[in-house]
Amino acid sequence: MTDPHADRQDPLLRIAGLAIDYRTGRRRWTPAVRGATLHVGPGEFVSLVGESGSGKTTLVQGALGLLPESARIRAGSIAYSGVDVTGWNDRRMALVRGNYVGFIPQDPNTSLNPVKKIGRQVIEAVRFNEPEARDAAQHRQAALDSLRTAGLKDAERVFHQYPHELSGGMKQRALIAIALAGKPKIIVADEPTSALDVTVQKVILDHLVRLREELGIGILLVTHDLGVALDRSDRILVMRDGEIVEEGPVRRVLENAADDYTRRLLDAAPARHAGRLEPASGPRPLPGREVLRARGLTKTYRLRGRGPRRELRALDGVDLVVREGTTHAIVGESGAGKSTLASILAGFASPDSGTVHLGARELTGLSRRRLREIRRDLQFVFQNPFTSLDPRFTVSEIVAEPLRAFGLARGRRERTDRVTELLKAVALDERHLHRLPGQLSGGQRQRVAIARALALNPGILVLDEAVSALDVSVQAQILRLLVDLQAEYGLSYVFVTHDLGVVRLIADDVSVMKDGVVVETGPVEQVFRSPRHDYTRQLLEAIPGAGLAVAGAR
Amino acid sequence: MTVELDALAAGRRAGFARPIARRLGELARQPILVASWLVVLVVIGWAVVPGLFTSYGPYTGDASASFLPPSAEHWFGTDRLGRDLFARSVYGAQTTLTATLLAVLIAFGVGTLVGLIAGFAGGIVDTAVMRVIDVFLAIPSLLLAMVVVSVLGYSTQNIALAVGISSIASFARVMRAQVLSVVTQDYVKAAYGLGVGRLGVMLRHVVPNSLSSVIALAALEIGTAVLAVASLGFLGYGAPPPQPEWGLLVAEGRDYVAVHPWASILPGAALAVVVIATHRISTSYRKDHRR
Amino acid sequence: MLRYLALKTGRALFVVWAAFTLTFVLLFVLPADPVDLLFDPAEVNTVPPEVREQVAASYGFDRPLILQYLARLGHALSGDFGTSVQSGRPVVATILDVLPSTLLLAAGALALALVIAFVIALAATSARRAWLRDLLEALPSGAVSVPVFLSGILMLQIFSFRLGWFPAFGDTGARSLVLPLITLAIPVSGPIAQLLVRSFATEFRSGYVTTSWAKGATRGGIIVRDVFRNAGLPALTIAGITFGNLIAGSVITETVFARQGVGRMTQAAINTLDVPLVQGTVVLVAAGFALINLIVDLIYPLLDPRLRAALAAG
Repeated sequence: MTDPHADRQDPLLRIAGLAIDYRTGRRRWTPAVRGATLHVGPGEFVSLVGESGSGKTTLVQGALGLLPESARIRAGSIAYSGVDVTGWNDRRMALVRGNYVGFIPQDPNTSLNPVKKIGRQVIEAVRFNEPEARDAAQHRQAALDSLRTAGLKDAERVFHQYPHELSGGMKQRALIAIALAGKPKIIVADEPTSALDVTVQKVILDHLVRLREELGIGILLVTHDLGVALDRSDRILVMRDGEIVEEGPVRRVLENAADDYTRRLLDAAPARHAGRLEPASGPRPLPGREVLRARGLTKTYRLRGRGPRRELRALDGVDLVVREGTTHAIVGESGAGKSTLASILAGFASPDSGTVHLGARELTGLSRRRLREIRRDLQFVFQNPFTSLDPRFTVSEIVAEPLRAFGLARGRRERTDRVTELLKAVALDERHLHRLPGQLSGGQRQRVAIARALALNPGILVLDEAVSALDVSVQAQILRLLVDLQAEYGLSYVFVTHDLGVVRLIADDVSVMKDGVVVETGPVEQVFRSPRHDYTRQLLEAIPGAGLAVAGAR
Repeated sequence: MTVELDALAAGRRAGFARPIARRLGELARQPILVASWLVVLVVIGWAVVPGLFTSYGPYTGDASASFLPPSAEHWFGTDRLGRDLFARSVYGAQTTLTATLLAVLIAFGVGTLVGLIAGFAGGIVDTAVMRVIDVFLAIPSLLLAMVVVSVLGYSTQNIALAVGISSIASFARVMRAQVLSVVTQDYVKAAYGLGVGRLGVMLRHVVPNSLSSVIALAALEIGTAVLAVASLGFLGYGAPPPQPEWGLLVAEGRDYVAVHPWASILPGAALAVVVIATHRISTSYRKDHRR
Repeated sequence: MLRYLALKTGRALFVVWAAFTLTFVLLFVLPADPVDLLFDPAEVNTVPPEVREQVAASYGFDRPLILQYLARLGHALSGDFGTSVQSGRPVVATILDVLPSTLLLAAGALALALVIAFVIALAATSARRAWLRDLLEALPSGAVSVPVFLSGILMLQIFSFRLGWFPAFGDTGARSLVLPLITLAIPVSGPIAQLLVRSFATEFRSGYVTTSWAKGATRGGIIVRDVFRNAGLPALTIAGITFGNLIAGSVITETVFARQGVGRMTQAAINTLDVPLVQGTVVLVAAGFALINLIVDLIYPLLDPRLRAALAAG
């Protein structure tokens, strides 16, 4: 939807050659954005895609004049409808923010004032952007209108609620209402859906597209998810290391990416691949016998309180079977109970009823000492590579810890040899032995966590969202690593994730969970091709990047 | 590859030297911090080798030379009995600092242990310990120290004991809070999953990661303890005169403040400077180690 | 909600009881012969044995400890903490005599301390230059570092002896209140200011402030509308400690300025080991601390809707 007059008018937002530096020392400045140029015309939906550290957030902060004190604009210009606002102070920028450009922040949980009601916060947004004075009743009406436009049908009720009484999706819609309240001409959204479930994400993003059509505003969407960008934008820009490396209409970028990095990003996107990743060492062996079986697992948490909110049924009669050498994925959105299930399978928590069998041995109800013995066969990899490694331990100490605990590889030399062997298996080397986690990247840390998990030669690994905290390109590498390790060591995986795209890449079987119940289970190909349950269908439809698959299947 | 490894090995050997050089460099850029460390070192010098800093003795005085104002001969002037005030301050450092150190050691040692047990054991043990700590927190530490000293007897050791006991609670509380936050971290769960036992987890993961906050508090407590010891000395609970102690020095000059103010103010100012210095050091330690 | 209330009240009562027990142990159990403490140290050796026995009997020292404890506890619950050894008057009356003077001083000092703390925190947050902010942030630490007796003496020296603006001692008239009030306010303001500066800075950096910026708010508006309320609330959490600081500070301040008050009376009581009076004072202070904490625990939910909701569910 391009306006034929767009070329003649000034674009809503034009950033030219913007360079932003961060202060990293007394007199040292490190560039975060190097000469970025972009523009958004009226009614255009433009996406800015980049991984962490690409500078996309800094760029947006700069455009809004919201840079922190440790940053400064070194060069370049920012113009709204032809008016240059570069270097404007807070007071002048206050005139632009809200009534010309609206901002939708990333985290709905921290972006609303927790002690003020929603209505009041939206009214503030209305009031600050008033060209002429109006009375309280009109403000209220304007606020309610804004809430409705943002997709909150029950605007009257939300008006009187506090942020903590709303769900994540509703809070994000409230933030959209705040952004719209000043009747801006362009909206800048900084990863507005990354904190939300995938089905809610779809609804919110669809809504943004609708707003664009109804109100004719321009939208600049910043995201790390290429699929999300490709699904809905007119134009797409790819940012890396502070520079814009690719720009163009979506169709063109998809089919004919000019830049190498863009091509790699496209390849790394899970939706790009037709099926499962194959290990480098050759075709996979056939699946073997059952190694892990869970039956009828139930767990209820008691919450403090009376009435219906008293209990939370995290798991209700869940069954699971894992065959040797295969990956069983557990997929669901937040609150589905998948982390609880993973905890129970790994022996960190015990179910209220039901059993877990590791081969012939029963896991549930074991004493602490017996459970410890089982640990040699069943290991766990956590989601957050930043908190699962002791920040004071070196890599060598981290990987050696299980060896020490079980008295394997006595003697320093033997231990170091074994640790080096494990590091090599995860594509790290001796260089990393004496590094601290703080000196490693997210991907490297996760590799260390995997090496640690393999130290005892377990048969089964339970991975709880092990790649969710990583960038897309790093994610692809780790998934590949996991697949190779599986083939080499005959490992079986239980892989918990919320990302169906990842499921297709790595899993043989899948169980779809919602509200503590397994709604569907079966081989991946079958569930993906002909889902039987409505919820599974919903999830499949919400996977961003449907367009990628079509283009990639060549 | 070999060249790289060699350089890395060299780097590891020099590993000790480089961080120290860098640390000193950073230090040099913060003059106030340097000044604080200097103050602390000087005061420690006063306590350890007082003879080096002054040629006068703390007990001998020329009665005819009473209440002389500060001069080149007597940096702080003289007191009522003609004793050199600077010398009394220098020797007083020994008294005050020994008491302070002892007090902080008691508070740190006992408080950290109590906090560790409460936080790690949890449940009933935690609740019981916390209730006891509540009581100690409810009574202002000065008051508690005063009562303890009165009961045990007036002496510097007892002041140290009293101040130490009354500070145990704040160490315990901070340590417990740290332990509670560390214990819920993923890496602790991971350690259990790797087969490490409870004692191992406590010693190798919980304690090292909890201590840094408590150490910052210890530095701060040194300042607070100095003030408490001096306050008790001022109120007359310390070793009886003529033993010099900073609070006592201020009290001795108090009655003559109208005509000879420096007799109280200078020792008091020295005290304040030391406390400010320890606070500054503690703040910079906290900033360095903030995760 | 009810459970929360009951829990907090129970905790407060426990603290008071425990303070009573602790002082009992310190004052009645530890000393070798508590009867000694009841006499003037200079005369204690000249007291004839029959008089000692008589006094011991009247205080109940000849009975087993646990009975003594229970008896005292029983009396205390009805408001009788015994009689002061020095004055012979009931402990409660003695304390009530001097309480108003201290309350006046403490209330004034608290008000001033709060004003100082908020001004420093607001200034530090609004300051645009880094060096100014660092300076302001260092002030509370300095305030805590200067010993109360020194600042009191300095005040006397400058404002009383040199300039003659205010009287040097005594408790008559408002003018005699000024110097002690300022002296006491300084160390009390320190911890509050430190907390507020940190709290303001945290709130200023939070996500909802960014949203406010994005709405088109101005810096001043943000500080007043968003930050002030959210950042000011945590100051309540140190209300108890502040009370403790006020009491401890008043001991020294009242001594330096020769004012009547609970602080000075406590000091005299401890000096002469007027055991019943000491116990009464300590228990009173602990009760004050517990009561203040209880009140804070009760008002906090009223001010923070999140806590209110969490409690309503429970």
